[in-house]
Amino acid sequence: MRDTALAESAVTCWVLTGIAIGFLGLFLALPLLAVFSEALRRGVDAYLAAFDDPDTQSAIGLTLLIAAIAVPLNLVFGVCAAWSIAKFWFPGKSLLVSLIDLPFSVSPVVSGLVYVLLFGAKGLLGPTLSDWDFKIIFAVPGIVLATIFVTFPFIARELIPLMQEQGTAEEEAAMTLGASGWRTFLTVTLPNVRWALLYGVLLCNARAMGEFGAVSVVSGHIRGLTNTMPLQVEILYNEYNFVAAFAVASLLAGLALVTLVGKSILEWRYGHGLSAVRRR
Amino acid sequence: MSVAVQSWSPSWPPAIPKPGALPGFGITFGFTLTYLSLIVLIPLAVLVWRASGLGLDGIWRVATTPRVLAALETSFVISAAAALVNALFGMIVAWVLTRYSFPGRQPIDAAVDLPFALPTAVAGIALAALYAPNGWIGALFEPWGIKIAFTPLGIFIALVFIGLPFVVRTVQPVLQDLDREIEEASATLGATRRQTFFRVVLPALLPALLTGIALAFARAVGEYGSVIFIAGNMPFKSEIAPLLIVARLEEYDYAGASAIATVMLVISFAALLAINLLQAVSRRRMGDA
Repeated sequence: MRDTALAESAVTCWVLTGIAIGFLGLFLALPLLAVFSEALRRGVDAYLAAFDDPDTQSAIGLTLLIAAIAVPLNLVFGVCAAWSIAKFWFPGKSLLVSLIDLPFSVSPVVSGLVYVLLFGAKGLLGPTLSDWDFKIIFAVPGIVLATIFVTFPFIARELIPLMQEQGTAEEEAAMTLGASGWRTFLTVTLPNVRWALLYGVLLCNARAMGEFGAVSVVSGHIRGLTNTMPLQVEILYNEYNFVAAFAVASLLAGLALVTLVGKSILEWRYGHGLSAVRRR
Repeated sequence: MSVAVQSWSPSWPPAIPKPGALPGFGITFGFTLTYLSLIVLIPLAVLVWRASGLGLDGIWRVATTPRVLAALETSFVISAAAALVNALFGMIVAWVLTRYSFPGRQPIDAAVDLPFALPTAVAGIALAALYAPNGWIGALFEPWGIKIAFTPLGIFIALVFIGLPFVVRTVQPVLQDLDREIEEASATLGATRRQTFFRVVLPALLPALLTGIALAFARAVGEYGSVIFIAGNMPFKSEIAPLLIVARLEEYDYAGASAIATVMLVISFAALLAINLLQAVSRRRMGDA
């Protein structure tokens, strides 16, 4: 069978589809399958026993805490950035937009490094901090900072293009009708961007809970104190405690799957409420 | 997740000419600038300041020690190889997902983003388990004497994994919007399907393809979590530059860590710049510069 002028032959079609599915199966499905199969290798009891470890429990708690601080802060930032960038004109706007994206082009290790250089024992503010007896590096505040850095652009970049598309006409109408600025935001702007907001929060949260490189640099890996879930995975793995490592990893893999499903639902169902690049 | 897959298009000229028609500019803009400065700009400036304390020749001395050179070479060469492999397979995946319909296409499409969503440490131990000599895939290669995990080949596998979505997600929308009439015109003029693809479709996809390659490359160069579990981390063999930064930090050698980080930033920015130029050239050749 030969290619026709307008479409590939059935053979080409099948071969290409086969290559694509084979490639995705090898690189996406197999690693995911490996996580769950390794976690359940010694049965369900061993799997569940992994979560009896108090250090693992505290790692789960810390990860939830970090996300509960970092995500709302970046949410407030994202809304403020989008409001000022999308609803007003000022010089240097596109530079500001590129600067907001900057953390995405920095290696996670470097994202952690910059805070060590600032707050570490031999860092710029290190001596001052130790005078005050306040620890940032090798403590929770450092982990929060590094997490905020790596998740910095997620919510802003969903909101800015959408709010730019939406313009200011609706808000101006509300103001003309006598609504206050705050009420206009709550009853006009917020409903207009709610799906994009949720989308951004979903992605931001997944990265906040899963970040490894940046957090690993600032955490100091103190068991039960500064270990997040990804770091706990590393420690257990390096101790050859594979079942426990993969058990914790399976929770994170579950989070990734939930994120993907939520993201797809938003794209397919509520695509009209997302910025143009997300619509399907 | 979709890290800079699509550049934002700040509508220009802006649709909002009247400053001050709405309230809240001062406080939101002020907060945005303050937060951006405190979290991102000042810390990055400290890095540059710290490295500049060494002077150019000091940075050069750190960067050209054999171990650092070897790590930089490992990082950049393997990242480039992984980005190219992703270019080829990413094109095929994007093509199949936009042009063909088959059962399960939508979930498979959604799954492409998995490397963005899966924490890198999880990916790292999963890949290490798969490609270790006793793993599902490693065992297949073991009889041939090919070791994948704990060699540079393992780094390559991890970098292919984390770079996988970039090319697919940059090429897909362009392929979707591509006017089928151009292909029909090409066919009418007597081109074979193969000629149409290589001379009509591929040039139109080239800027998006290059963007995808650049993003995958940039991500791969800085990647840490998924690599260190599978790499083996042998100095001069399978040690990546980000790992060396961590090693320097653990020795409290802040200046050395900053120097390597700065060299990495400079090389990746130079590579991105080169690819941007290439992109501009290929766009101009398409006639819509």
